[in-house]
Amino acid sequence: MKWDISQMSEWTYKDFPPAAVIPEAGNSHYYITGGWRSERPVRSDEKCTQCLLCWIVCPDTSVMVADEKVVDFDLDHCKGCGICAQVCPVDAIDMVPEGCDLPGVK
Amino acid sequence: MPEHKTLAATGNSVVAEAMRQCKPDVVAAYPITPQTTIVEEFAAFVAKGKTHCEYVTVESEHSAMSACIGASAAGARVMTATASQGLALMWEELYIASGMRLPIVMANANRALSAPINIHCDHSDIMGARDAGWVTLFAETAQEAYDNTIMSVRIAEHPDVLLPVMSCLDGFITTHSIDRVSVMDDESIAGFVGDYEPQNALLDTDNPVAHGNFSGLGGPYFEFKKQQREAIENSRAVIKSVGEEYSALSGRPFDVIETWGMEDAEVAVVVIGSTAGNARTVARHLRADGKKVGVVKVRVWRPFPYAEIAAALKGLKAVAVLDRSESFGAEGGPLFLEVRSALYDLAERVPVVNYIYGLGGSDVKLELIEQVFTDLADIAAGAAAPAGLVYLGAREEA
Repeated sequence: MKWDISQMSEWTYKDFPPAAVIPEAGNSHYYITGGWRSERPVRSDEKCTQCLLCWIVCPDTSVMVADEKVVDFDLDHCKGCGICAQVCPVDAIDMVPEGCDLPGVK
Repeated sequence: MPEHKTLAATGNSVVAEAMRQCKPDVVAAYPITPQTTIVEEFAAFVAKGKTHCEYVTVESEHSAMSACIGASAAGARVMTATASQGLALMWEELYIASGMRLPIVMANANRALSAPINIHCDHSDIMGARDAGWVTLFAETAQEAYDNTIMSVRIAEHPDVLLPVMSCLDGFITTHSIDRVSVMDDESIAGFVGDYEPQNALLDTDNPVAHGNFSGLGGPYFEFKKQQREAIENSRAVIKSVGEEYSALSGRPFDVIETWGMEDAEVAVVVIGSTAGNARTVARHLRADGKKVGVVKVRVWRPFPYAEIAAALKGLKAVAVLDRSESFGAEGGPLFLEVRSALYDLAERVPVVNYIYGLGGSDVKLELIEQVFTDLADIAAGAAAPAGLVYLGAREEA
């Protein structure tokens, strides 16, 4: 990370780059937005056919895939929209109520 | 030393000439009376290959300023021009340009706002945009319009400022009247404005950045506004130093206000734009009769030169502020509110009266200015000031 924002909540107007410019590409990865979620997706490995439809439709690229198989959800960034559960042809994804128990959530 | 050439030209024509000499990379503009001939003449320069510029013909002023913002964020030197309804249609983009700290330079040909429809001069357009965060200069003459355009580029692009700058000239009176103007050679102007070195350019692909970001939900929006306040306060010193440098180059003096007869004046008129000439003419006649009168012309409207105004008007027996725009429901016009506020901290109270004049291009006859000076003489002699603001020259019931 070129741009250290770890102390941003303490910054004064002199510390921010002018005009709200973000001087580094791709750093939204470090911004934990999972706390906006009210429901969390839970996938059943038994029901899942690995069709990857959830991976295609996820608007937040939060369906994590390894070796062409769904392995997990990126709960640091998943907003809980439930599109994955809606499109799943075999009902392998349930949306369950979320508690605000994630570390680092803003 | 620069080569000077004297022309008989309109204000718009020399603004277009100044734009060509400042070599913008991008101009996105939409024609509107009385600004049209600026972009028309500039477009002709592009068409004839007299400047290398991406000229974007857009479908509205909303799009014009949007395209300017995009181009400026990309790292281009960007200029445009508008007037009246066009400036009004740019509304949200004016705030975006200043909030994104983009050094766009725009000429504004001051014209009344509808309704009723009117194409003639007043300052309603820019005064409505006065809180949009743009550094704002005013020209009295075509010469000042030329000079201000060139200085605007340096002020806008200064690293301590990085704000858009608007250079205003009075619609028709200054934009279309043929005036005597001294212009300098291209090389001298190019040397004065220099090359633009953008910060955080979107086209700098080695250093990718994001512009136009969200700053809500307890984010630092408030801190970014404080940065803007600091930037426009910084512009005070930058305007003075750029003005001094330009004065040395051009041989024409520049300051944020221009005073006439203020060394020993007892009463004075404060005015913006072309009417300063009328006021000086009347003041000169009155001086010939031994009357101690003065004129203060405001050349920089934002940041408002309150310290200079207070210093110029200190100790006067009466001051009249001439406003060429309304601020309906306020105690007076925008200039009056600023001037009276600037005088508040003086130990000795200076009586200030407000005249609204020339709306929609209504004629500013010398007799009207004479009436103002007569009122000032009466107030200085102990008469009561007119209650409330005066619509100078409006038809009254018999």
